[in-house]
Amino acid sequence: MRLEKRQQTSPLAWVLAPLGAVGFTLLVSALLVLWAGAPVGRTYLLLLQGGFGSVFALSETLTRAIPLILTGLAATVAFRARLFNIGAEGQLYAGALAAVAVGGAHGGTGWDLPPALLFGLMLAASALAGALLLLGPALMKARLGVDEVVTTLLLNFIVLLLVSMMLDGPMKDPTAMGWPQSVALLPELELSKLIAQTRVHSGLLAGMGLALGLWVLMRYTVLGFDIRALGANAGAAAFVGVPVTRTLVWVAVLSGGLAGLAGAIEVAGRTSYLTLDMSPGYGYSGIVIAMLAGLQPLGVLFAGVFVAGMLVGADSMSRAVGVPTYIADVIVAASLISVLVAGALAQYRVRWK
Amino acid sequence: MTGPVLSLSGITKRFGALLANDAISLELQPGEILALLGENGAGKSTLVSILFGHYTADSGSITVFGQALPPGDPRAALAAGIGMVHQHFTLADNLRVLDNIMLGSEPLWQPFTRRAAARARLLAVSQRFGLEVDPDAVVGTLSVGERQRVEILKALYRGARILILDEPTAVLTPQESEALFHVLGQMVAQGLSIIFISHKLAEVLRVSDRVAVLRQGRLVAQARSADTSQAQLAQWMVGHAVGAPQRHPAQRTGEAVCVLRDVCTPAGRDRLDRVSLALHSGEIVAVAGISGNGQVALAEVLSGTRGIASGEVRLLGAPLPKSPAQLTALGVARIPEDRHAVGVVGDLPVWENAVSERLRSRLFSRFSWVRRRAALAYAQALIARFDVRGAGPLAPARSLSGGNMQKLILGRALMHPAGTGTPRLIVAHQPTWGLDIGAVAYVQAQLIAAREAGAAVLLLSGDLDEVLTLGDRVAVMHRGHLSEAVPAAQWTRESIGLAMAGARPHEDAHAA
Repeated sequence: MRLEKRQQTSPLAWVLAPLGAVGFTLLVSALLVLWAGAPVGRTYLLLLQGGFGSVFALSETLTRAIPLILTGLAATVAFRARLFNIGAEGQLYAGALAAVAVGGAHGGTGWDLPPALLFGLMLAASALAGALLLLGPALMKARLGVDEVVTTLLLNFIVLLLVSMMLDGPMKDPTAMGWPQSVALLPELELSKLIAQTRVHSGLLAGMGLALGLWVLMRYTVLGFDIRALGANAGAAAFVGVPVTRTLVWVAVLSGGLAGLAGAIEVAGRTSYLTLDMSPGYGYSGIVIAMLAGLQPLGVLFAGVFVAGMLVGADSMSRAVGVPTYIADVIVAASLISVLVAGALAQYRVRWK
Repeated sequence: MTGPVLSLSGITKRFGALLANDAISLELQPGEILALLGENGAGKSTLVSILFGHYTADSGSITVFGQALPPGDPRAALAAGIGMVHQHFTLADNLRVLDNIMLGSEPLWQPFTRRAAARARLLAVSQRFGLEVDPDAVVGTLSVGERQRVEILKALYRGARILILDEPTAVLTPQESEALFHVLGQMVAQGLSIIFISHKLAEVLRVSDRVAVLRQGRLVAQARSADTSQAQLAQWMVGHAVGAPQRHPAQRTGEAVCVLRDVCTPAGRDRLDRVSLALHSGEIVAVAGISGNGQVALAEVLSGTRGIASGEVRLLGAPLPKSPAQLTALGVARIPEDRHAVGVVGDLPVWENAVSERLRSRLFSRFSWVRRRAALAYAQALIARFDVRGAGPLAPARSLSGGNMQKLILGRALMHPAGTGTPRLIVAHQPTWGLDIGAVAYVQAQLIAAREAGAAVLLLSGDLDEVLTLGDRVAVMHRGHLSEAVPAAQWTRESIGLAMAGARPHEDAHAA
């Protein structure tokens, strides 16, 4: 078996590729559902209903989608420039930690600043914390050729241990009965709810706005050109005068900043304090979402909602028919693989000897 | 043995709309050197790739020594006695010659390598064909000619009786080419058969017994080399009569635009060693040399993508600016060696590639916002003026053919938006490499026109004919050292060949 590049990709292939990807994903997941001894049709129906079937389901899905969209955007901008940021998880926690430090760890005084200013400071601090965390690996890559996959990945564990230390030490909430949990934000700093009696908060609007902003940046600005050119062909980019190191620094600031904001928005919108289990791997899921979206900022919105819907839907489906919630992870993983393979098959032809 | 050793019949290969090989039937006789001649894109590479099993033909069959060759299986091709020497060597630089030759020729589960036996066999093969090489030399220390010998030995060691050589002289000096032709003669005298791929007419006539000419995927002519001529071959190859390249009278040269004095680059694979050169307005200085002798370093230093360790480069009387954007603003037009890797960003649209060098200027961006309309209009104008065909401004640059991609790069470098001056210095590195004859003539004409408009042109080329035709002055690079640039008339092909191999004829004359 071998792959040969097609001279042209037919329009039909572009239509069939995503349909084939969906079909393959449903098939693989159906086999596992059968294995678990549940009816396939009912399981899928419950999954969809649990994720999107009611106002409550949809609100839970959108709530879960907010951090996923932000980390998805963080991965998108970094991967576009071929800066493989695997550290969004750590950057998210660093951002959350910075948010709590500015928004809560002052004995509830707020340093006597107006809430609006304090809110701005809180977001800025979280973005800065995430950005700084990625800046080191980015500069080490640009200057010394150090592999950023390794450095960003390892930083995740360092940050998690730092958070653990802070939650058991200086930032521990004294009223939490010994739980390792941070002090809470000032109530004025919490994000407003979009729909009454649900958990969807205005962070969703922030995510949509940032996706739109990133799309504009990538498409209409010189920096966007620099990022796309650097990622597509670094040699040619340097030849035409793209400032390689400066562009990488910008990418690190944007990507780390977005992941840091994800942490702050999660704290301000959902939990109001920081715990060590705040993120079930949002930083890593962001990579999956960015790839599912084809590294398109606006596509991240849809991919984020899709993944969130699967996760939320699987929770309620699991309670009804007893298929483990891990099926959501399987569906997301299978869809990513089949989308990537379908994209490749649209461009290459398989030949059997 | 009677009858052909190899026969291809009706080989057809289609890539989408492109018919790369159209029902090609060809026979190779024992003890014969068959030259496969054709322009880039004529289908030579596709044909030998099918022969060697890298591609599978859509239809047609191959017979080797009377046996049908299973399609799409390089191992079967090897077993049948077909050996291939690629233009780009497939040797491990850090290993010795013997290791390179044994690599992959021993079964994995054999506990010990049989080096002594392999060494004896290698020496026997090399003696038989007059291919002398030290089995214990590390490949990285060998010259290009010696490495090519190792590649040929590798094929012979594996029992090749049909040898395919893909553009073997592209990396050799004229003298090294002669030596290669001599070896090839010995090999056919011993009963081997050779397919020699080239687009150089003179050497094809020099070395081959028979010539087969491909054009646009079709076998258009076959002839005995003794019965044909360069003009006839060129006509078959291109499809119409080709005029002899015009020799242009030397221009009156003006002020020195760019001066290099004792320039050294940091040590590396490809470096400059105390290079001095002055480029004047209105002249083309052509630099010959085997690739890998510092041409990349010279082009990169003048393109703003490599720093220097010592010495001085002055442009228009001031130190050379460091960034490509500043160079472009000062009127330095740069044409890089590798179109795909450095020339364009293939994933990005043609229009963005067309303005990429000047994107940071106020013409195409304001406050870091791209002025899309102005950029698109400029790209349209460039496409029209430089006749870039095959894709509109919104299509990705990778969809352009090699020649059209080169026109895009040429246009980006030479066209200048209103309000900026014509190019003062042109750094062209292998600007016609891999282009068909029509595109070559176009690129060369553009360089001459730019010279006439007053630009200083530095042309780095591996093609001696191009160097001697276009260069007003010619210099030769060898191991980072650049000879003095003297008028082209003072060079002969022989003296250039010697200089490419390291002789320093014009300096000896000065010393004497």
